[in-house]
Amino acid sequence: MRAEVTEAAETTAVEVVDLASTPLRELNQRLHDLAGGADGPRRWRILNPNGAHAVACGIDAEIEIEIQGHVGYYCAGMNKLATVRVHGNAGPGLAENITSGTVMVDGNASQSAGATGRGGLLVVHGDAAARCGISMKGVDIVVRGSVGHLSGFIAQTGRLVVCGDAGEALGDSIYEARIYVRGAVSELGADCVEKELRDEHRAELADLLLQAGIDDLDPSDFRRYGSARRLYNFHVDNAY
Amino acid sequence: MATMDTHDPWSLRESYLYDRRVIAEIQRAAREGIYDIRGFGAKRRLPHFDDLLLLGASISRYPLEGYRERCDTDVTLGTRFAKKPLELKIPVTIAGMSFGALSAPAKEALGRGASEVGTSTTTGDGGMTPEEREHSKMLVYQVLPSRYGMNPDDLRKADAIEIVVGQGAKPGGGGMLLGHKISDRVAEMRSLPRGIDQRSASRHPDWTGPDDLEIKIGELREITDWEKPVFVKIGATRTYYDVQLAVKAGADAIVLDGMQGGTAATQDVFIEHVGIPTLPAVRIASDALQELGMHRQVQLIVSGGIRTGADVAKALALGADAVSIGTAALIAMGDNSPELEEEYAKIGSAAGFYDDWQAGRDPAGISTQDDELAARFDPLLGGRRIANYLRVLTLEAQTLARACGKSHVHNLEPEDLVALTVEAAAMARVPLAGTSWIPGVDNQG
Ligand SMILES: Cc1cc2nc3c(=O)[nH]c(=O)nc-3n(C[C@H](O)[C@H](O)[C@H](O)COP(=O)(O)O)c2cc1C
Repeated sequence: MRAEVTEAAETTAVEVVDLASTPLRELNQRLHDLAGGADGPRRWRILNPNGAHAVACGIDAEIEIEIQGHVGYYCAGMNKLATVRVHGNAGPGLAENITSGTVMVDGNASQSAGATGRGGLLVVHGDAAARCGISMKGVDIVVRGSVGHLSGFIAQTGRLVVCGDAGEALGDSIYEARIYVRGAVSELGADCVEKELRDEHRAELADLLLQAGIDDLDPSDFRRYGSARRLYNFHVDNAY
Repeated sequence: MATMDTHDPWSLRESYLYDRRVIAEIQRAAREGIYDIRGFGAKRRLPHFDDLLLLGASISRYPLEGYRERCDTDVTLGTRFAKKPLELKIPVTIAGMSFGALSAPAKEALGRGASEVGTSTTTGDGGMTPEEREHSKMLVYQVLPSRYGMNPDDLRKADAIEIVVGQGAKPGGGGMLLGHKISDRVAEMRSLPRGIDQRSASRHPDWTGPDDLEIKIGELREITDWEKPVFVKIGATRTYYDVQLAVKAGADAIVLDGMQGGTAATQDVFIEHVGIPTLPAVRIASDALQELGMHRQVQLIVSGGIRTGADVAKALALGADAVSIGTAALIAMGDNSPELEEEYAKIGSAAGFYDDWQAGRDPAGISTQDDELAARFDPLLGGRRIANYLRVLTLEAQTLARACGKSHVHNLEPEDLVALTVEAAAMARVPLAGTSWIPGVDNQG
C-alpha cells in the first residue's frame, strides 16, 4: 500500500510504505533506486516495521525516512546521506558501518549500535546495549542514556558521547577515537585512560549535543577518555 | 654420551625431541621475549593430497583422449540465491590477500592474471583498491571482522561478497599488520595513524553465532539487491558443523581453508598448531553438504596448500567445486625466486625459505608497502606469470581428469582415489591403495 500525503505547510509529498503489506525487498529496492540523485520521493514514512531486519539499509540518497515502530537488526546499515529516524527501539547493528547522514532512534538500541561506522551521526535517545561504537572509524555517536560493556572496543576514530553510564571494558584497545561519558564508568578497558577535558573538547561536545538535539546538559559535566597508546606497537611488556 | 670428535661427526646424536629447530626457537624466545610472527603456511609435515593417488582408466573404465576430447573446467559460484552468479572458466581462484599485506602492483598482477584466464580474485583485510578493481574482471569483496576499508560503494562494485569467519592459518585468531607496513595509503584506508601495529579483531563486531549470521547475510543481500553471491569463509576446525551452519545461514558458497593455508602475518605457534589439514576438511565439508542435499547447490571452494594440478584434481574429486590459491600465487609472481638470493641473504633469509611477509622488506616487491621495493615488481610480468601458472594448474587437472575418463573436472569423484597412508585413507575416506580398507568405515571386506 502506498499513499501520497500532501503536507499542509510544505508541498513536499511524503511517500508512505506499510511493511504490513509491502515486502521489505520492494521498499529497499525503491530506496536504492534513488541513489545518484535519481528522481523520486525525498520524504518517506514507513509503517509497521514490526521488528523487521535490514529496514532501510544501503541507502545512498539525500532523503528523510521516518520509521513508525520497532526495527530488528541492521536498520539503516551502511547508510549514506539519508536521515533515518526510528520512532521506537532498534535491534543489533543499528546503522552499522554508516558512512554519512544521520540515524536517530527515539527508544533504545541493542548491541553494536554504530559498529564500524565511518562517518555521519548516530543518536540514541534511550540506552544502547553492549559494544556501542565497536570498531568505529569516524562516526559520531551520541547516546542520551547509558551504554553496555565493551563500548568503543578498538574504536579507531570518531566520537562517542554517553550522557548516562558506561559498562565494563569501555574503550578497550582504543585507537584515536574520543569517548565522553557524563555518568559512571564501570571499568576502563585495556589501554583506555581518562584524559583532561579542555575547552576544545567542551566546544566539540557542545556541538555534538546540539546536533543530537540535547540542550539540557552541560559539557563540563562530562569526562573524556582516550588511548594511552601503549598498545600501538606490540611490545611484550604490554601483552595481556 | 658422545664426546666432541671432530673427525667423526656421526658420533654426535641430535635429539629427536630437541632438534636444532626446537633449540633455536627456545634460544630465540629467551632472547626476544615475543612470539615469532611470520608469513607462509604450516611448515610441518601433514597428511595432504600427496598422500592420495588417482586411479587412471583401464579395462573397467575408459579414458578420454589426452588433448582432443572435451574436458570442461567451468564453474558457476552462487547459483543458490544470487541474481548474478560468478561464472568462472577454470576451477582455480585467487584467495583473499589484503592490500597492506601485499603491494598495490602485486594486487594488480593478481587481477590481471586471473582475468586473463577467466577466474576471480579476492580483496582482503584493508579494503578494495582501485587498481585491483580495475584489473579484476571478477572481484570478490571480503567482509572481515576488522571491517578495515569496508564501505558500501565498494560493496556495490564487487562481483561477490565473502564473509570471513576464519582463515586456515589462524582459525579463531584475529590479524596483525605490523607498523612498518602501514604506509600513508594503508593507514588512510584503515582509518588509523601511520606506523602503528594494526590489530584485526577475531570476531565480527555486529554478529555472533549462526542465527545472527543468517540475518547479516540477509542485510548484505538487501544492500546489494540480491545480485551478488555471498560466500562464507571458514578456517578448518569443526568443519562438519561450520559447513552445515553456513548453509543454514544462507551462504551461496563456502570457502574452506585448511590449516596449511598461507598467511601474511600470524604467530608461528598458531600456524602450526590450530585447525585441521585441508585433506580431511574437504571430505568432511562435502559429506556435510551431501547430507543436506546441498552438494553442488552450495559451492565448496577449498584452499590451503594447493600447489599443483594434482592437488586441484584431488580436491575436486573429494567434492570441492573449486580451489583457491594464496602462497602459490605469490611464488608464481616471483616470491622466493633464486634470482634474489643475494637480497635474501642481506635480510638474513634465503631463496626458498623466505617467510617474513610480515616484515615489509620483501626484495621481490610483493609483500611490502615500501614504494621503492614495490616499484621493482612489474605488474604486467607478474600478471603474465599468474596466468601461466593458472593455465598449468588447469591443464594438469584436465589431464588427470581425462585419464580417469571424465568430460568435466567435476566428474572426478572419491571413487577415483586411493590413499598411500592409513592416515590419508581415514581422513579422505578412500581405501588404502591395494586394499578395500577405509579405516573408520564399517563393513569393509
Ligand atoms: C599474503 C597473504 C595475505 C592474506 N590475507 C588474507 C586476508 O586478508 N583475508 C583472508 O581471508 N585470508 C587471507 N589470506 C589467506 C588466503 O586467503 C588463503 O586462505 C590461503 O592463502 C590459502 O592457502 P595457500 O596459501 O596454501 O594457498 C592471506 C594469505 C596470504 C599468503
